[in-house]
Amino acid sequence: MSEYILELKGITKIFPGVKALNQVNFNLAKGEIHALMGENGAGKSTFIKVITGVHAPDEGEMYFEGEKVTFKNTRESQKLGIAAIYQHVTNYPDLSVTENIFIGHEKVSPRTKRILWNDMHKKAKELLDSIGANIDPKVQMGTLSVAEQQIVEIAKALSMDAKVIIMDEPTAALTKTESEQLYKIAEQLRDSGVSIILISHRFEDMYRLATRVTVFRDAQYIGCWGVNEISNEKLIFAMVGREMTQLFPPRQGKIGKEVLKVEGLSQTGYFADVSFSVRQGEILALTGLVGAGRTEVCESIFGITKPDKGKIYFEGKEIKINEPLEAMNMGIGYLPEDRQKQGLILQWGIGKNITLSTLSQISKAGWLNEKKEAEVAKTLAEKVTVKATSIFDTADSLSGGNQQKVVVAKLLASELKVIILDEPTKGVDVGAKYAIYEIMRELAKQDYAIIMVSSEMPEVLGMSDRIAVMRDGRITATLEADGISQEKILEFAMLEKE
Amino acid sequence: METKRIVSNKKEFNLKKFFFQWEWMLVAVFIIINIINTNLSPYYLSFGGIMDATMTFLDKAFMVLPMVLIIILGDIDISIASTTALSSVIMAVAYNMGLPMPLAVLLALTVGAVCGMTNGILIVKFKELPAMIVTLSTMIIYRGIAYIILEDQAAGKFPSWYSYLGWGYVGKIPFMLIAFILIAVLFGLLLHKTTFGRSVYGMGNNITACRYSGIKTDHIKVAVFTLMGIMASVTALFLTSRTGSTRPNVAIGYEMDVIAMVVLGGISTLGGRGKMLGAVISVFIIGLLRYGLGLINVPAQALMIIIGIILIVAVTIPNINLNGFKKKRLAA
Repeated sequence: MSEYILELKGITKIFPGVKALNQVNFNLAKGEIHALMGENGAGKSTFIKVITGVHAPDEGEMYFEGEKVTFKNTRESQKLGIAAIYQHVTNYPDLSVTENIFIGHEKVSPRTKRILWNDMHKKAKELLDSIGANIDPKVQMGTLSVAEQQIVEIAKALSMDAKVIIMDEPTAALTKTESEQLYKIAEQLRDSGVSIILISHRFEDMYRLATRVTVFRDAQYIGCWGVNEISNEKLIFAMVGREMTQLFPPRQGKIGKEVLKVEGLSQTGYFADVSFSVRQGEILALTGLVGAGRTEVCESIFGITKPDKGKIYFEGKEIKINEPLEAMNMGIGYLPEDRQKQGLILQWGIGKNITLSTLSQISKAGWLNEKKEAEVAKTLAEKVTVKATSIFDTADSLSGGNQQKVVVAKLLASELKVIILDEPTKGVDVGAKYAIYEIMRELAKQDYAIIMVSSEMPEVLGMSDRIAVMRDGRITATLEADGISQEKILEFAMLEKE
Repeated sequence: METKRIVSNKKEFNLKKFFFQWEWMLVAVFIIINIINTNLSPYYLSFGGIMDATMTFLDKAFMVLPMVLIIILGDIDISIASTTALSSVIMAVAYNMGLPMPLAVLLALTVGAVCGMTNGILIVKFKELPAMIVTLSTMIIYRGIAYIILEDQAAGKFPSWYSYLGWGYVGKIPFMLIAFILIAVLFGLLLHKTTFGRSVYGMGNNITACRYSGIKTDHIKVAVFTLMGIMASVTALFLTSRTGSTRPNVAIGYEMDVIAMVVLGGISTLGGRGKMLGAVISVFIIGLLRYGLGLINVPAQALMIIIGIILIVAVTIPNINLNGFKKKRLAA
């Protein structure tokens, strides 16, 4: 039994209205790196939260070193040696590296309870050295690069004598060299007997590090394979449940004349010299790593912020946009990145949300026509196939995918020619994703020009006609989507200046 | 492809929800207060008695209406009583210097509009400053200007027709009450039936989403604060008419009464929730409560304590209920 350090059997977790995990199994050998893969919303995050004790499972059993365990909170799992390093690094940027490593378990003098700073700095240095990282423990966490911060998080896990370390998308924001450094650390940890659960969308990470891979799909356990015995295609099939070709609806219609063009757009500190154009019926993907400046470019086109330099042309004429309303009146719509904070009024019904950006259309001289509003909202909600019983259902009662559909419906309420979609399928389940793709194809067919900001490579490859790649606020390449490979795009997205 | 879904757009009438509204609770309190008042004083429950009673508190009620908008925005304006004093003083001084009274009235309204717009622009331009701090500053400034203009003196001797505003009747109903009801209806329509009102609610809930939806949030905020300033000078018109003369220290403490009436009316200080009707009912609750307790010679200080307690209860009850509701919905 105890050949596994961690074993989970038949774990089920139910949230109101959703089964987030359904009878999933997982096991981890001592000194093993085990990849956990699946699409967004497959249940990986919930599963990690069950292991670390954030959520208690509704069904199922968990064994740690052969003994049955239940965790009430993260402290209990930490005590046994389970540590998680999250995708969005959760640290204290204003505190020192030492403080970040020892937060919650500071070394104190047994009598006076005074914090033993020197001991802590020394121990922190030892930990960082042991994983080959040359980081001064006294510097402020916020001054380190993302990669270095991640390494500090690993040192933190080691400071708690972690036997199991969970890494959630550790390389998502790293360059190639930085990833390489992280791989080395992971291998070193493995050799010293630490077990690692690796969550990553990058196949490269998995092939490089893992010996086995477990796949979840739609909250279900699909299978567990040795990395060497499963092919790429089979793995993708396991993750998405259908062939890759069916993941995206086919292109229709043809590309017309240029609608929007930006030239030399710059905003100090965010992006510089950005030029691209988009045509009728075309989907232009704006891709790159998180933080490359894509959202900032879009917001400056939409009038949320103002560019310092550069020109924007709409249907051949140069335009100046000071306010989102001006952009919308011209025919430019924007689906913001954060639908909960920027896209929706969560306390409001679907209907009121849909009409919020087009109040002038459902009113006369400022007077609301609630009957007309109800009709408009119903039509649009049905058009984007929102799963709700009535337009008075509040937005916060919907799932992520349906919330996104409501924001899309809100866009469609305006008469637009250019639609900018910022991460349209972020945190959206597979079914709703496909529905959103279908809507995008339909809009392209109706001659809308679409700019899609996306970090998900399959989506970029599967949906776009052309791809503009950004890195560090600049466009590094504009490529025809036909026949391009994921590696090629990533090269432009991550290539370091030599 | 999934089958087409039907999303209903018919509002279902829910009896429980209809009666579970804060406004019904206010109506109940209103009736109770009238019963108590009737038992306290045999003179109270005459038509004329109640009508006269309303004239004692309606002057500040005009400021309750725009304050509802401001609190729904999630902001606050505590400079309003100073605006009232300033426009009253300027009107009186201008009249005494020879400006015809109708023009003096117009000048007062303009002063209010300028004060309110100044608040609004400051709040919009310096987003890091909360409205509370901005209007605390202008509260001191506006009152200070009033003192500089009039020093510690009184000004008055208005034409006789001007006293009609505060003392006149239309039939048996005070002119002031008619004016208040009319303007209250206008404000109710503005808040509940126009795109402007819809935007105000939206901004109170999520101003960022409104901006991304193309709503000119800055313009709306400045407009609401300007409206507040104008209504503060409307209060000045009625107040000055009732007192017959003015001083720089008139209307002190009005802002607290006004905010109390709005909060009791069920307008959430967190922004985004509440109805005009609730605030209008609570104007009469607090006004008549004060009048009734005055009839049996309850000292003014005790009155303040009672109103304070009512406020705490008023703010607490809906919050307790709301949590209960949320839990129930999650469990369902």
